[in-house]
Amino acid sequence: MAIDRTLYREIPVTNGLWASAAALVAFLLGGFASFVYVEHHGHIVTGMTNHVVWGMPHVFAIFLIVAASGALNVASIASVFGKMAYKPLSRLSGVLAMALLAGGLAVLVLDLGRPDRLIVQMTHFNFTSIFTWNILLYSGFMGVVAVYLWVQMDRSVDPKWTRPAGLAAFVWRLALTTGTGSIFGWLVARPGYDAAIMAPLFISMSFAFGLAIFILVLQGLARLGDTPLGDVIITRLTRLLALFVAVVLYFTAVQHLTNLYAQEHAGFEAFILKEGGLYTTLFWGVQVLLGGLLPLALVYGRKGPVSAGMASLVAILVILGGVAQVYVIVVGGQAYPMELFPGYEVSSSFHDGQIAAYSPSLPEFALGLGGVALALFATGLGAKVLRILPSNLSDRNIPSDS
Amino acid sequence: MSFRMPNGSEVEDRPTRRDFFKSGAAFATMTLAPGVTLMAFGGSATAAVDAGKRWGLLIDTSKCAEDCDACVTACKTENGWEGHGEAERDVQWIRKVTLRNKATGHESSMPVMCQHCESPPCVDVCPTGASFKRDDGIVLVDKHTCIGCRYCMMACPFKARSFVHEPVTNQKTHAPRGQGTVEGCTLCVHRVDAGGIPACVEACSATGNGAMVFGDLLDPSSEIAQRLAEFPSVALRPDLDLNPGVRYAEI
Repeated sequence: MAIDRTLYREIPVTNGLWASAAALVAFLLGGFASFVYVEHHGHIVTGMTNHVVWGMPHVFAIFLIVAASGALNVASIASVFGKMAYKPLSRLSGVLAMALLAGGLAVLVLDLGRPDRLIVQMTHFNFTSIFTWNILLYSGFMGVVAVYLWVQMDRSVDPKWTRPAGLAAFVWRLALTTGTGSIFGWLVARPGYDAAIMAPLFISMSFAFGLAIFILVLQGLARLGDTPLGDVIITRLTRLLALFVAVVLYFTAVQHLTNLYAQEHAGFEAFILKEGGLYTTLFWGVQVLLGGLLPLALVYGRKGPVSAGMASLVAILVILGGVAQVYVIVVGGQAYPMELFPGYEVSSSFHDGQIAAYSPSLPEFALGLGGVALALFATGLGAKVLRILPSNLSDRNIPSDS
Repeated sequence: MSFRMPNGSEVEDRPTRRDFFKSGAAFATMTLAPGVTLMAFGGSATAAVDAGKRWGLLIDTSKCAEDCDACVTACKTENGWEGHGEAERDVQWIRKVTLRNKATGHESSMPVMCQHCESPPCVDVCPTGASFKRDDGIVLVDKHTCIGCRYCMMACPFKARSFVHEPVTNQKTHAPRGQGTVEGCTLCVHRVDAGGIPACVEACSATGNGAMVFGDLLDPSSEIAQRLAEFPSVALRPDLDLNPGVRYAEI
């Protein structure tokens, strides 16, 4: 059976496209309104405190940034690991990666106490800070992926450059997620962080979150562009996602088991695993069960192709579990009190020694969702003006690698 | 033309060749490289800090009364910060803390503020370098380059940094503050640079408790160095090996 030549085309303008764009613009405006509101009144109108200094905006931002590097994996699998079935999806993978990073960074920057001083950040670098390195890694990621896309899309460029460009982007994305995980891994003061495993844990998370978003975006764009999307490619992507979910569960288990081994971290582990209320529920119920074990059961518990609906369900579950995981890491890690002096209980009017309360506010959700909308809008815009979406992903057009 | 100095010597006011080059260099610097000029002035300002000193505090918890917060009140008055009745989001440059020994039940009361670490985690993590340590050991925030990312607050083991959640009014000229930036104890750097002592130490002394001693840790003849040498003292979070400039005795 002959395989059609892979053609890429812009998604056509339809009512569905306009409706999607309008919905995303509404969320973008909501995010902008939140930014203006918080900047005017100060962070007092958010739920963040001097105990929980990073809140919901950071959960969204870190989730998007981590997912960004993972979204590039589809392209890497084609260019670096030679799996031809993924080749037609490489361009979308690159554009989605850049868009997700832009969305995450926008949330991060707009939540700063002084976002007007972004220029200060661009001119003052402290190289002992992993934040500084991340700024370089994030900027560099945009550049490296842009080159990677150009190499793929410009017909005047010899295709032999695709692999080196893909390899560079793959190495860069690993460094980027290492840097993001190290934001927490290098915080020696807090019992919930201060662990080298944060870097590989974040890399595994990026694989899963990025691919989950990729599957949903691919399905959405295929529907908007009226592009055939067969079960073969969806089955492959979903089975790969399940594998990544298993890896995340593995690293999560190692993270907590190593902590449990050290008596000094016993209190924090008891908090997350047993006594932490919302955090414990999010960990076991949403992260592990809904976002981990259930997707594994849904994918591996059956034989045969994965339907489009099942793929969407699995991807949504992985995203829900992922947001819960980032929430438990970011907010749970801050909510648990630091020990001021080992062996002593501490109390004060500042509520030292107590679990810190945190209730995310509407402006925080609005800003975070604005970042998600920015990422999706940018991806849609990319699909509208660039030829990144393959015209045919039906089953007979997916080459077999095995 | 010449004029006579008070000591009787006569001075020519004709510009010398050196003056000419100096003014030319000043003109070129002002027009071509204002940024460099600012950096140069910044350098000369920090040069006033004496690297031969390391300012520190010794807090004797046996003399610190549990119901006394004179140090906190004095700090508020001196540096122009105040609470709005919401402890979680009010700035707290200094706070009173009670430590209770889990094994024996013994309690100690003491003030906790920026510990002015020799290896401050807040300085390590600050992306812009706004968190910095002076040569004399005082850890500060440069309010002009703080972008309000709060990473220093994540990194500080003592929760000694506060984020300014609301617009600020009635600032003191010697302690500029700003909404959306991070701040903490400055060890009353404006007083110390003028030869004085921090307001909290002064207030503690005025109560008669005398639980706080301020001085140069590197000067063997200073009271703080002598008391530290003579009596046992501890640092908070000694496991992190940050070598704080603030020490506690009799915990």
